[in-house]
Amino acid sequence: MEALSVLLLVFILICAVAVSLTKDLLTSIIIFMAQSTAMSVVWILLRSPDLAITEAAVGAGVTTLLMFVALKKLHAIKTRGDEHDGRK
Amino acid sequence: MAASDFRRWIDEGGEPLDARMCADLVAPEEPEREDPFAQPHPREEMTYERISRWSHTRGERLLRGIYCAVAVLVCVGLSALLIYTALDLPQFGGADALVDNEVSRFYVEEGLEHTGAVNIISGIILDFRGFDTLGESHVLFIAACTVLLLLHLPQGDDPDSLRMRMAAESDDRHFEPRHDPILQGGARVLVPLLIVFGAYILLNGHLSPGGGFSGGAVLGAGMILFLCAFGFKNAERFFTFKTFRAATTAALVFYALSKGYVFFTGANGIANGISAGRFGAILSGGLMMPLNIAVGLVVACTMYALFTLFRKGDL
Amino acid sequence: MTVKLMEHFEEIAALILFGIGFTNLLLNRNMMKKIIGFSMMDSAIYLFLASYGYIDGRVAPIIASESAPLEVGMYVNPLPAGLVLTGIVVSVSVTAIMLALTVRLYRRYHTLDIDRIALLAREANAH
Repeated sequence: MEALSVLLLVFILICAVAVSLTKDLLTSIIIFMAQSTAMSVVWILLRSPDLAITEAAVGAGVTTLLMFVALKKLHAIKTRGDEHDGRK
Repeated sequence: MAASDFRRWIDEGGEPLDARMCADLVAPEEPEREDPFAQPHPREEMTYERISRWSHTRGERLLRGIYCAVAVLVCVGLSALLIYTALDLPQFGGADALVDNEVSRFYVEEGLEHTGAVNIISGIILDFRGFDTLGESHVLFIAACTVLLLLHLPQGDDPDSLRMRMAAESDDRHFEPRHDPILQGGARVLVPLLIVFGAYILLNGHLSPGGGFSGGAVLGAGMILFLCAFGFKNAERFFTFKTFRAATTAALVFYALSKGYVFFTGANGIANGISAGRFGAILSGGLMMPLNIAVGLVVACTMYALFTLFRKGDL
Repeated sequence: MTVKLMEHFEEIAALILFGIGFTNLLLNRNMMKKIIGFSMMDSAIYLFLASYGYIDGRVAPIIASESAPLEVGMYVNPLPAGLVLTGIVVSVSVTAIMLALTVRLYRRYHTLDIDRIALLAREANAH
């Protein structure tokens, strides 16, 4: 059980370093999502099932979705060159 | 300065807090202001060039290098200091852990009796720390309102706002697959499962792991998947801005009332009329389930509202 | 020393994660990366808090059987879990607000680089 914990924590740390080293934003968001999923397994190992469910739904699910949508919006603004501030 | 503005705002009522900010937010049809970033004009071109030249000179790079080195040093030093301190804390997993004190012992011993929740964590966040959760629900609601203020597109019928809404719509369509068989087929299987699972977590929050926050988040994720697969037209059949307003307001008011009565009974009313929860019986446990449902509604609506606001600037 | 490090591996991982997130926040000029670094610091703190609630060989604080006598020594500490649960949900709303601000900044300045945004804002103020 301890070995699994250590493995997961090492995975989380590797993910954290990888996020800052990747150039592509989409890749780094997906790596962050993987980190959150590993974190939810760590919560189970720490005997906090409530936290595990919440982290899986909120951290890995909704936060990542929001980041994806925000990134999509940024790309859309970049593609449409004549975009100006929303309410000029 | 700001204080005098605020005073004037209070005294005169209609006077805006900050004239510039107000013009930015509520009066989109104001005549064009001097805005150096609205159109690329020659001065801006020059600025960009100068910046890029700057960032390539050696001095700038040197400064950047020094900044990086100092930042890394500070972070490594901070981590080392924290780890050195953590080594003196009680052993991880030991029974003499720092926070294993009389408070948590009281929660475990008396939690079932006082709150009626089999799941002690549920009991803590909804009863012992009930006001904390009330404040947190408001934080979520306020966050949704802030994002609404920041990303909301003008709703008027004048050509400018119509054009902006059309542009946002086309952006949305450009990057989103419509009638995608994999997405829709997957959603047909997953959405009912997610909704049922979310409802299960929500309703069983006082008996098993879960509760308002996690159940609400799962419900919200299910609704977001439905929206992604079947589009806004179908989603608006059951969720519009009115639904958001009604559901969150009703949930928050219900929560505030059912927690606020403690004020009037002199904090003695906490345990009144609450039967202890029994494993497997949903309706046991007194106020726990309605409170869980209220929190779950707020969380689910907020998650869905945040997603739609980011996608279309509207609910 | 090594024994002590092994005893505290969970907290040490949390603190290293905190350091990595902080470095991310300081070194990356990209706003999205900064937001991710901030979320990482959040989860590091939650991990640190929750690891102190854990006690070896005990089970999650859910009182499943009503007949058995209530034994405090059976359950892990529920208090950190309750605190962290609220924190996780609040961190989502913080992230959402930061992302919305980023979108607004990008609409105005067409860049995610925070140094450039600061420069452009100063130029705009100078005029």
